[in-house]
Amino acid sequence: MRLEPRTEATFWLRAMAPILAVIVALALCGFLILWAGAPLLEAYAALARGALGSRFALSETLTRATPLIFTGLAVAVAFRAKLWNIGGEGQLYAGALAATWVGTGAIDLPAYLMIPAIFSAAALAGGLLLLLPTLLKIRLKVDEVVTTLLLNFVVLLFVNYLLFGPWKDPLSMGWPQAAPIVDSGLLPNLVDRTRLHFGLLAGLVASVAVWIVMRFTHWGFEIRAVGLNTPAAVFAGIPVNATVVRTALLSGGLAACAGVTEVCGTKGYLTLDISPGFGYTGIAVAMLAGLHPLGVVVSAVFVAAIYNGADSMSRAVGISNYLADVMTAVALLAVLVSSLLVQYRIRRG
Amino acid sequence: MDLLEMFVSVGFWAATVRMATPLIFGTIGELICERAGVLNLGIEGIMTFGAMIAWMWVYQGGDLWMAVAVAAGCGAAWGLLHATFSVYLGLSQHVTGIGITLLASSLSYFSFRLLLPDVSTPPKIEPFEPIALPGLSEIPVLGEALFTQTALTYLALATVPLCWYVLYRTPLGLAVRMVGENPMAAASQGLDVLAIRTGAVCAGSALMSVGGAFLTISVFDAFYFEMINGRGWICIALVIFASWRPGKALFGALLFAAFDALQIRVQQASSTLIPYQFFLMLPYVLSIVALIIMSRKAAYPKALLVPFRRGER
Repeated sequence: MRLEPRTEATFWLRAMAPILAVIVALALCGFLILWAGAPLLEAYAALARGALGSRFALSETLTRATPLIFTGLAVAVAFRAKLWNIGGEGQLYAGALAATWVGTGAIDLPAYLMIPAIFSAAALAGGLLLLLPTLLKIRLKVDEVVTTLLLNFVVLLFVNYLLFGPWKDPLSMGWPQAAPIVDSGLLPNLVDRTRLHFGLLAGLVASVAVWIVMRFTHWGFEIRAVGLNTPAAVFAGIPVNATVVRTALLSGGLAACAGVTEVCGTKGYLTLDISPGFGYTGIAVAMLAGLHPLGVVVSAVFVAAIYNGADSMSRAVGISNYLADVMTAVALLAVLVSSLLVQYRIRRG
Repeated sequence: MDLLEMFVSVGFWAATVRMATPLIFGTIGELICERAGVLNLGIEGIMTFGAMIAWMWVYQGGDLWMAVAVAAGCGAAWGLLHATFSVYLGLSQHVTGIGITLLASSLSYFSFRLLLPDVSTPPKIEPFEPIALPGLSEIPVLGEALFTQTALTYLALATVPLCWYVLYRTPLGLAVRMVGENPMAAASQGLDVLAIRTGAVCAGSALMSVGGAFLTISVFDAFYFEMINGRGWICIALVIFASWRPGKALFGALLFAAFDALQIRVQQASSTLIPYQFFLMLPYVLSIVALIIMSRKAAYPKALLVPFRRGER
């Protein structure tokens, strides 16, 4: 048996890859549900209901998808340039810190200026955080996988310090949380009696914007060229280092926006647990989307649905909601294999 | 506190060796994988799984040494999964590794919750007892620190020369290094590149898993969520710091653990001056600094990250 490259892959073939992966993930995790001794069909029904079964469930899924769109886009952009940014979690918190700093009294602006100011400050913070490992990669060839991963821990400890120290809200009854964001900095609600907020729209706009940049501009072309074949990009006169730096600023900035949507949208203030690993889950989101910016929206909603569904499944049939993390990880590994089947066909002999 | 006093205290050196143990297992494990040309980012998850499964084995009434064997076996199984993806299918080692880490750690937490649904404080087990080696443990300070450890620490210290011997003095080690440097040449010598890489990843992953197990059945007596806490990533930094050499890896792990032990002691002495979070950042910051210092000398195995497909150039 050997693998033979396909000359062309149709759109439908490429679209099948993530669908196949998801089916495999759901099927494999069925064994875990059986191991836990829960009724399989009932569990999956509870999962579907909790994810999409009601107006409330749907709104919660979309709320949860919002930060995942941003962290997914961050990974999609970086991985296209073969910049292995695994630091989405740290960049998210850097964005949340910047949002809190601007949004709790550093400046005072009307809402239509305040919200763009918060997003810009956060994007700058996230971009700068990724700039350090990127410069180390370019100048000194220090592996960015390790440095971005390690910085996640550093940033989280810094947030921990601020929330237990100088930024602790005296009115928080002892909880480690920062002062609430001023009203003009809060992202407006989209639908009454839900938590759905303006961040979702921002995420949709961002994904379309990233798609346009990647697909139709020469910056996007350079990013893709560097990722596909760096020596060829050098030969073609593409400024490789400048392109990688631009990619880093874009990627870090996008991940940081996820911090804004959580602090200024979902929560209203900074806590230590605004992100249950959105930065890492963004990798699964981006890979399921085949690193396509518009696909990221679809896969973010899907992954969010799994997480929300698992929460209510956990209540209904008593299975730990860590099952959602397992499902996402299995889907990530499965999509790797199915995307291989898109690029290659299996031949006997 | 007097620094000099601390450097001659047995407690400090004993803590250093103890804290270095999981790093030695993890770093040597990662080193074996990378020497064969495979970056194993699954390390963080594999260590988590080893910590969980070994503890669970003992908690369910199993033997301590059997628990180590079970952890090693599970680690090798994770390695086999990694190799299936990254070696046989030639998929991205970065994404495969992250996927393995996400899967192994979430599966550990899921299994832990499933087997112990309603415990708020983690239950405890009887961990490995320290063994004082007769004679050696009576040497003042260094002997007392080095030779009053638990069996797994001695195992970790023995792994280093063993790894060195196999890598540099046996045909097997030569084959492992060759598939990591020049798989085409290795294949033309009739070596099965894919099988050798798979074997190396399995062996390395088994060691990582034992490193995780050390935390739950030797140094602590319970399994906590997030207890690996980036140790796996630090091991990857240590491999680069050590220029892919087992002896330097041991030195790096000990140096790193000494800083960690120092950090804890200074933190206790000066907690009012500097917030403790900055001390907790030190291990991660130090790893980055070590990477920067060693960056000019880093001689990566030539075929690291490059998949090998038969008949493809």
